Amino acid sequence: MTTTELDSDIARWRGYLERRTTIAPDDVAEMEDHLREQIGELSEGGLSESEAFLVAITRLGSVDEISREFAREHTERMWKQLALTPAASPEEGGRRRGELGVVLALAVGSAAAVKAGFLLLGETRLALTMGLLIAPFLGAYFAWKRRVGLRPIVICAAILVVAAVILSAYPFPNPTDTAVLSVIHAPIVLWLVIGVMYVGGAWRSARRRMDFIRFTGEFIVYYALLALGGGVLVGLTVGSFNAVGIDLENVIVDWVLPIAMPGAALIAAWLVEAKQNVVENIAPVLTRVFTPLTILMLLALLGAYVTVHGGPADSERTLLIVMDLILVLVLGLVLYAISARSPAAPAGLIDWLQLVLVVAALVVDVLMLVAMLTRIAEFGTSPNKIAALGVNLVLLVNLAGSAWLSLAFLRGRRTPQALESWQTNYLPVYGIWAAAVVIALPPIFGFA
Amino acid sequence: MHIEKDLVAAMATPLVLGILADGESYGYAIAKRVRELSDGKLEWTDGMLYPLLHRLERQGYVSATWGTASSGRRRKHYALSDAGHRALAEHRRQWAVADSVLGRVWGPPSLRLAVTGSPVNEGAGA
Repeated sequence: MTTTELDSDIARWRGYLERRTTIAPDDVAEMEDHLREQIGELSEGGLSESEAFLVAITRLGSVDEISREFAREHTERMWKQLALTPAASPEEGGRRRGELGVVLALAVGSAAAVKAGFLLLGETRLALTMGLLIAPFLGAYFAWKRRVGLRPIVICAAILVVAAVILSAYPFPNPTDTAVLSVIHAPIVLWLVIGVMYVGGAWRSARRRMDFIRFTGEFIVYYALLALGGGVLVGLTVGSFNAVGIDLENVIVDWVLPIAMPGAALIAAWLVEAKQNVVENIAPVLTRVFTPLTILMLLALLGAYVTVHGGPADSERTLLIVMDLILVLVLGLVLYAISARSPAAPAGLIDWLQLVLVVAALVVDVLMLVAMLTRIAEFGTSPNKIAALGVNLVLLVNLAGSAWLSLAFLRGRRTPQALESWQTNYLPVYGIWAAAVVIALPPIFGFA
Repeated sequence: MHIEKDLVAAMATPLVLGILADGESYGYAIAKRVRELSDGKLEWTDGMLYPLLHRLERQGYVSATWGTASSGRRRKHYALSDAGHRALAEHRRQWAVADSVLGRVWGPPSLRLAVTGSPVNEGAGA
């Protein structure tokens, strides 16, 4: 065997490894170095190159086993292929082929439920229960896909039933503040219920929770893309029909919206499952682009806040709400960044930027807390103020923890893993807070 | 002698940490060292070393840097971190306990030798 033959053998072996999504190019390079050194040593010991190649490759072990072991270690990569073993078994393949059918059936079911909601429910009630008309179908998709056990399914179904009872029975006279708060907070609870199904019932696993955070980020990207595309298509259709004198607006509002909204949710979930590789590259890019921009925005906002208002005491209510949204956005960026981060990468500029972002958000958060407490002291409580106060506290604790752990990581004291666990452990807090707003606030304030 | 797979898996982490405690190293050299230390008695697939090293890296027990080997190929070097030293110490404490517990069950070395030769121990040597 000549050296070129050996090279082509090694290239074939490398190609075999590279096809495994769980093994990154760097890992392949690392193992190729191992293989070549082993071959070199065996050749010096008197073996021919082809013999040495065979012995070296046997010692390295089966590619399947190595790939599975890498998958276990790098769930963020395994996330790309989901099935631990290659999809060779016919049963698994059949499931894949049947998957689109299941997704479409569930999308139709959800669309029918939403359409029925449009027909039967008043505007306020529909807004309150909209999530309930979509979430069970999304949850069912993951329950089917992950073959979730009976216990988690029963628990999640029970939570959905309780949510349904509360959201449809609470006597809101009209779209009052507490009703609007319920509309905003109920989807958070429902999303976490979907999350339990997404992680296959293993909701205690920090790494599966991280997968769910990744899924959430990608889902938002896909849903936004679908909504954008759908919006353009609808706009063009309405425009062209208008040009020939036919008004389509009622058709759009009565039929297209109720069907497209839930349909897009299920399709987006399916796309994330099927096409993870494609968008995965977008998350880090989005983080890199928007982290510095958000820092600039926060700093500008802080400057404007102090100069224009001369202090937090007389802050406008709308300003406080917008600021809350900005803080949620910052948290989303932090989660995006963590989910996109390669666990082993050393600390870099983006990690410093992220720390700056979190600290700026912390300052904003503290200012808002002061403003809100001042308002409460001055004008008394209201549902909106309590809800905003709660969101701020929930975010404050999260951001403070993130800032602390980021700093510890940048100073080499902690691994990025610590920040990841902090975020995954924090997930239930959002659910508990959102549930509290939905369950407790309306009765406390007499559904006002 | 054949050592069970589970036992090899349990030994892998302290073994690699221990090898790195002697100074920084890279994959092939670590695998070779394991083979030397165990006289080939550990059934060890070299490929499994890499996922393990990556786990130790994620846990912060080792730090890794890419360099260039004398052959001109890129090579990843691993070094034990402070946390890795602490983890190794913890592993050593645990193995010392395991060793002493098993030692007490099996009696002092002189007795153990006697037992090894007796039919009471049959099956364990398979």
